[in-house]
Amino acid sequence: MDYFLTEEQEMIVGIARQITDERIIPQRAELDENDAFPRAILNEMARADLFGIPIPEEFGGFGGGCFDIVLALEQLGRGCIGVGTAFAASSLGIYPLLIAGSREMCEKYLPDVASGKKFAAFGLTEANAGSDASGIQTTAVLDGDEWVLNGTKQWITNGGEAQIYTIVAITDRSKGARGASMLVVEEGDPGFSCGPKEKKMGIRSSSTTELIFKDCRIPKDRLIGRKGTGFITVMKTLDSSRPGIAALGLGLAQGALDEAATYAKQRVQFGKPIIAFQAVQHMLADMAIQLEAARALVYGAARHIDAHPKDISKVSSMCKVFATDMAMKVATDAVQVMGGYGYMREYPVEKMMRDAKILQIYEGTNQIQRNVVGQELNKEYGRA
Amino acid sequence: MKIIVCIKQVPDAKDVRLDPKTNTLAREGVQSIMNPYDLHAVEEAVRLRELLGGEVTVLSMGPPQAEEVLRQAISCGADQAVLVSDRAFAGADTWATSYTLAKAVNVIGAFDLVLCGKQAIDGDTAQVGPGLAMRLQIPYVTCVQKVREATDSGLVLERMMDDGYDVLALDFPALLTVVKDLNEPRVPSLKGKMRAKKAEIRRLTAADIGADPACIGLPGSPTQVVKVFPPEARRKRAVFTGNLDDQIGQLVDSLHPYL
Ligand SMILES: Cc1cc2nc3c(=O)[nH]c(=O)nc-3n(C[C@H](O)[C@H](O)[C@H](O)COP(=O)(O)OP(=O)(O)OC[C@H]3O[C@@H](n4cnc5c(N)ncnc54)[C@H](O)[C@@H]3O)c2cc1C
Ligand SMILES: Cc1cc2nc3c(=O)[nH]c(=O)nc-3n(C[C@H](O)[C@H](O)[C@H](O)COP(=O)(O)OP(=O)(O)OC[C@H]3O[C@@H](n4cnc5c(N)ncnc54)[C@H](O)[C@@H]3O)c2cc1C
Repeated sequence: MDYFLTEEQEMIVGIARQITDERIIPQRAELDENDAFPRAILNEMARADLFGIPIPEEFGGFGGGCFDIVLALEQLGRGCIGVGTAFAASSLGIYPLLIAGSREMCEKYLPDVASGKKFAAFGLTEANAGSDASGIQTTAVLDGDEWVLNGTKQWITNGGEAQIYTIVAITDRSKGARGASMLVVEEGDPGFSCGPKEKKMGIRSSSTTELIFKDCRIPKDRLIGRKGTGFITVMKTLDSSRPGIAALGLGLAQGALDEAATYAKQRVQFGKPIIAFQAVQHMLADMAIQLEAARALVYGAARHIDAHPKDISKVSSMCKVFATDMAMKVATDAVQVMGGYGYMREYPVEKMMRDAKILQIYEGTNQIQRNVVGQELNKEYGRA
Repeated sequence: MKIIVCIKQVPDAKDVRLDPKTNTLAREGVQSIMNPYDLHAVEEAVRLRELLGGEVTVLSMGPPQAEEVLRQAISCGADQAVLVSDRAFAGADTWATSYTLAKAVNVIGAFDLVLCGKQAIDGDTAQVGPGLAMRLQIPYVTCVQKVREATDSGLVLERMMDDGYDVLALDFPALLTVVKDLNEPRVPSLKGKMRAKKAEIRRLTAADIGADPACIGLPGSPTQVVKVFPPEARRKRAVFTGNLDDQIGQLVDSLHPYL
């Protein structure tokens, strides 16, 4: 389907597609097998200016919107959502600065992220604070001109690989939801360290670690926005970034469909290519229909967000749920179409099926996204 | 550091067909690409500029649509582009091509280094680089697989040989032709693509470069293509039967006469 992209959007797609086809696809199986961080590929993406897409021109970026980043992530996702996640998490890490950071902070951090000299990460989750962020235990206490941080973040993408971490800490427990703040921690800050890489089912090339703060002291001016606005910034950050996760789902599903359809034309059983069997054809048809429907929703949501409406939570959650549930289903069906071969590591759909699962979990589980949509409906229909 | 890279637009090798009537390349509707070796020449030039400063000029002789490969080179980091284009250049062989490129280089002005691909994947002669160096009266090294050292005054290089490589030092000005082992060409950048879209490509005609009409195009080309034909395909099918050892024996026997 033609989505009438602008010339600039075509350029983004072209560059991301070339990196995916020439750099990511040839290496993805090895990166997965070895849990290897794709540093060289990310450097190439940086040189091609992809990290600059969401960063305003005045800070060395391209000044793109949600749709631009969606288009890039869709291509990268077609190759490997492990690499795509490492890329997306760096954008996630700087959204708090774009949303609430001071001009000085943006000037200090964004140009290096735009040029790919530095990576970023976003630290919200803790052992007792997953879907329920109010369980956060990490604290930041002002001591003279410094914040003193204590606590441990869990499962943070780009942990150990990033240089800039935007994290959420409780600055005033008595204030409840208004007692959390966001701060920037830099690699090398005293008292800050990262745990070992977690061993994961999928997206194994991305790095996931703990962030450990033991009397970690950082300058006072590392506070992002005003004190107590941490949760608001988190919500706005995730609202902006979720369409990107949806886009990884689109790409993954496209890759799985490509593999399954190509295979179904070649594989002969009972004297025919299996694509000639209606049961197989229908499975492929459903994969293609679901994928295109999801793409239309994600693109529509991204364009809606780029028009800067007041509230984007509902569309952002809707497109994340739909596209990532679709990706899981399409990846599973691709394995089914390919039978035993699909189950083998020699074929990429085995990895795609393992990888797809994370899309339904991180950046807010799909249950939580449905809660968001449901609560919005409750509000909307309550007004009538 | 002023570097000139010569690039040629060629038909995509994945897409080459012969016109069955005329036995010449069917160019209609065939995708054009930058000669793959030239991508590596552009990459090396951009790396040298990143290291030593200066500017990279890409140069092509070809029809107006050769602008596409020049813009591609800009998106990969080249600073400016020159297209020498004129009906009078049509039918040029390697002799006339290197004459024309040399004339164009002289118009572009002072340079330290000229880079060419080892060969074009259509003409395949590998003559233009050396021919151009001869016309410019500068030393050249073919089949460069690695730049070991680079300074403002010269280079230390590895030249690929059948049985290893030579290490050579050379002073500027000079010309190199490059092989694919030299580097991995970068993916174009977003800013590069935007720049390439807007870039003004300098156009030079035969008159602009002061070319002698007798030395360019068909009149200037001693090579005459008398006949082009695809080699006759002689395919025989043989099916070997029996157990595996028997089949291997039959295969070896059938290959023996050709060894
Ligand atoms: C590979 C990976 C990378 C990650 N990267 C990051 C990162 O970079 N930064 C970061 O901050 N976090 C990151 N996370 C954390 C991730 O966002 C959380 O795992 C996610 O938000 C869910 O939290 P949880 O795992 O604690 O699940 P829980 O919240 O314990 O949920 C368990 C189950 O209960 C369901 N559930 C919980 N509450 C409700 C409810 N109210 N209604 C209905 N169902 C409910 C959930 O949907 C889920 O199915 C990452 C996680 C993984 C696995
Ligand atoms: C046997 C034969 C048959 C031919 N048949 C035809 C024909 O049917 N029709 C026709 O039009 N021409 C024909 N030619 C001409 C041929 O395409 C030219 O010789 C060509 O311009 C250069 O030769 P090459 O492709 O072998 O380049 P090579 O010498 O292999 O190229 C080496 C390098 O030189 C540089 N270079 C080469 N050409 C250019 C250019 N135009 N601009 C900038 N840089 C360049 C590039 O860096 C390239 O990587 C024929 C030539 C020969 C020898």
